[in-house]
Amino acid sequence: MTGMEAVSGNFLLITFFMYLLATICFTVSVTGRKWRDKQGEMKGNRWGSFGFIVTLIGFIFALGYFVTRWMTAGHAPVSNMFEYTTFLGIALSLAFIILYAIYKTNVLGMFTMPIVMLIIAFASVFPSEVEPLIPALQSNWLKIHVTTTALGQGILSIGFAAGLIYLIRTLDFTKRDKKVFWLEFIMYSLISIIGFVLVRYIFSMFQYQAEFQYINETGNEAEMTYNLPPLLGPNEGEVLTSGAMEPLISMPAWLRSDDANAVVWSLGAGLILYVLLRVLFRKPVGGKIQPLLKGINPDTVDEVSYRAIAIGFPVFALGGLIFAMIWAQIAWTRFWGWDPKEVWALITFLFYAAYLHLRLSQGWHGERSAWLCVIGFVIIMFNLIFVNLVIAGLHSYA
Amino acid sequence: MNEVKCDCGHSNPYGTNLCQYCGKPLQDKDNKASLLDMRYEGAARRSQTYNKSIVDKIWNFFSSVKVGIWIIVLTLIASSIGTIFPQEMYIPNNVDPAEHYKDEYGIAGQMYYTLGFHNLYGSWWYMALIASLGISLIIASIDRVVPLYRALKNQRVTRNDAFLKRQRLFGRSKVEQADKTLIKAKSLLEKRKFKVREENGNLLAEKGRFSRWGPYVNHLGLIIFLSGAMLRFFPGMYVDDIVWVREGETEVIPGTDGEFFIENEQFFIELYDEDDETFGPAMERAGGQTIQNYQTNAVLYEREKTDTVGAVPELEEVKKDEIRVNHPLRFNNFALYQMDYKLNELNTMSFTLDNRETGESIGTIEIDLFDPQDEYDLGDGYKVVIDSYFPNFEFNDDGEPSTVSSIPDNPAFIFQMFSPEHPDGEYSFVGIQRNEDVFGENDYEMSFADVDTKNVTALTVRKDLTLPFIITGGVIFMIGLIQGSYWSHRRIWLKRTDREIWMAGHANKHWESLKKDFRTLAEETELIIPEDQSKKAKKER
Repeated sequence: MTGMEAVSGNFLLITFFMYLLATICFTVSVTGRKWRDKQGEMKGNRWGSFGFIVTLIGFIFALGYFVTRWMTAGHAPVSNMFEYTTFLGIALSLAFIILYAIYKTNVLGMFTMPIVMLIIAFASVFPSEVEPLIPALQSNWLKIHVTTTALGQGILSIGFAAGLIYLIRTLDFTKRDKKVFWLEFIMYSLISIIGFVLVRYIFSMFQYQAEFQYINETGNEAEMTYNLPPLLGPNEGEVLTSGAMEPLISMPAWLRSDDANAVVWSLGAGLILYVLLRVLFRKPVGGKIQPLLKGINPDTVDEVSYRAIAIGFPVFALGGLIFAMIWAQIAWTRFWGWDPKEVWALITFLFYAAYLHLRLSQGWHGERSAWLCVIGFVIIMFNLIFVNLVIAGLHSYA
Repeated sequence: MNEVKCDCGHSNPYGTNLCQYCGKPLQDKDNKASLLDMRYEGAARRSQTYNKSIVDKIWNFFSSVKVGIWIIVLTLIASSIGTIFPQEMYIPNNVDPAEHYKDEYGIAGQMYYTLGFHNLYGSWWYMALIASLGISLIIASIDRVVPLYRALKNQRVTRNDAFLKRQRLFGRSKVEQADKTLIKAKSLLEKRKFKVREENGNLLAEKGRFSRWGPYVNHLGLIIFLSGAMLRFFPGMYVDDIVWVREGETEVIPGTDGEFFIENEQFFIELYDEDDETFGPAMERAGGQTIQNYQTNAVLYEREKTDTVGAVPELEEVKKDEIRVNHPLRFNNFALYQMDYKLNELNTMSFTLDNRETGESIGTIEIDLFDPQDEYDLGDGYKVVIDSYFPNFEFNDDGEPSTVSSIPDNPAFIFQMFSPEHPDGEYSFVGIQRNEDVFGENDYEMSFADVDTKNVTALTVRKDLTLPFIITGGVIFMIGLIQGSYWSHRRIWLKRTDREIWMAGHANKHWESLKKDFRTLAEETELIIPEDQSKKAKKER
């Protein structure tokens, strides 16, 4: 690792802790005591402003990470899973800064900053060495297309954060109905990402590895390294590492079994964490958060979520479709080729197009709009995680 | 149909909800409602007015936003199904698709294939979905944009009381000095970039009307884009071909009617340095070398215009270029892309004719594997004749020597060796790693001497005359999207009555910004902040 690369990594670490600090500030600003101003009126408190300043400082360090890594690699650091996912987290924090500047809603920071941290932590489980660029990626369009798309996705994700706030604020958690179930499911999914990061770190601390020999999708023998104990083994896999456990079931050849295995681990770890929280709180996780949001006006949050999508949608369309098509025409000879990643960008676009029509023309505001924002975020995450790692196509980076 | 005459004297088209001049509600439902339906300014839309003929019914179907949303959602679902398993174009092309899907993905794969999902995006029903999306875009836009344009163009400053009262933001301010207040309000609104019109002492302040056209502009862009994509099916609009060129050779470029030729001067691959300080660790983890560059040094030629037909074409050099991934060679409407390659393809092989007993070498022959001569005369009665040539040798099902293809991947020969001792020739079978005498023991043999290889490049030949349409459509779409998303249309009406000033406001979105405008007015003038009647209206319902 070169000196500059180490500096870059440290900047990212500082960003992470700044965002943690910002989360704390925003949480205190929402839940803490209100301050009185000179006239003795309740005017909220200053914690929100502190949170915003800390966020800005964190963002400056994130830029520092980005620039130093760019200088090390000689290309924009958005070329593999670690770099792209990290950049998505940074883009989300930038999107938050923009939306906060318009609406000054502290609760948005309380929800967005943890999501940013989660994404950056998730990114850190991927190999973070600086990789050389393969010929297909050697283009100025790499930085233009990828950064615009990530920024678009980041802004759209703010819509999710606001939608989530709306749902937690307005749902009736005393009932055990479908809505509460699905909201808890979202909370569980977010907790599963924490579970994933934790499990990966624990096993990497013990330097766990299990080598497998298996038959790959082309029918040839290949080797694969697991970083987590193999619950799911590869196709006709044979454990090469002594002492490693035998897989419980083996996967078909076309599935990336190590990724599928990681999914199972994170869902399991997430379940344990979630159950612990439920036992601790004795009520739904959302229901535990709800009282903290009493002071939030649902209509404002609703408008923030819509505004985020109205701002993010053109940015995403420009980066994820138009710039993407220009580059595809240059690198792959055709502007559109139904590669899974392309199709999922189109699906994201169509979904938010449907959202906008439903909202503007069919009057889907409030709760229904919030649920749609949640689904939109699921699509974005699906495109990031599954389409890159499981449905391998031209866009597979990792 | 009859026109509808409003009290204000304006004749509105049949089906109008709100008078285009003064805004007075013309239909019962609006008179009873506590808030007016301001969509499309209450103008008469064809789809809401007529529903008799079959044309009306089709028009009404496609003009509905609900139908449009359904088409979007169905397209979305269909598209996602196409990514469950790879599409046919991404599976290896030397396998039978039916077998491939069954073997790779089991029963699910078999069903996928049977339902035609392996070629989903080219299926008739997916095309039909996209086509109906296009029709919906056209009809829904025309149905709305024309009446909306008329309504916004005809609107008067002075509005009917019933119109103002039923706006979402409405308030009455008792003011002492109406004139002064209105002058102040006007200058405040102008400072906030509103366009203010005055009529009979009343005000209409308007801002961002052009954003109302955003949706129609972006729909227009999409329509142009989709039409452009459709043009591909016309002959001559689209070329998708591939040309393989060996180093040092010149090939005609398919699709150019023999007009253009491409020469491959050199093809090579460059690798990243494994000991690189920055990239070394990543490459070590990946466990292999990473390719830095694929490159063809190419020369483009054009055939000179001559009248002689059939003669060897006279070629004129047009340009030299380095074709790399992300850097195609462009000419006219064509582009040549680095697509594939083959390294070290056998090109020539040389053999010596040796006397086995003495070990003496009689002479050397060099065989062009793409164009072998029938015989090679070595003088003094020595001669080698190629009896059979198998460029890509294998034993066929009958155990006979044969060739898989004409590409010399595994060349083999049956030589007939003539010498003064054997004027009838001895037969020898020579291939890679094999050298056998065919009939009995030979006195002479062919020994492998040397081989010469060449790299081959594969270039995709692409012409796409639909691109100008695609680009125009894309640009217009983007302009429309930004126009409609980043601006909003806001109007503020101030109407003077006896002792009061009535004010009402409408925004097509971002109501918070409009409320902010009213707050500024209230801070600086006698005007109050109008009430948001939407909650009250919701409760009443």
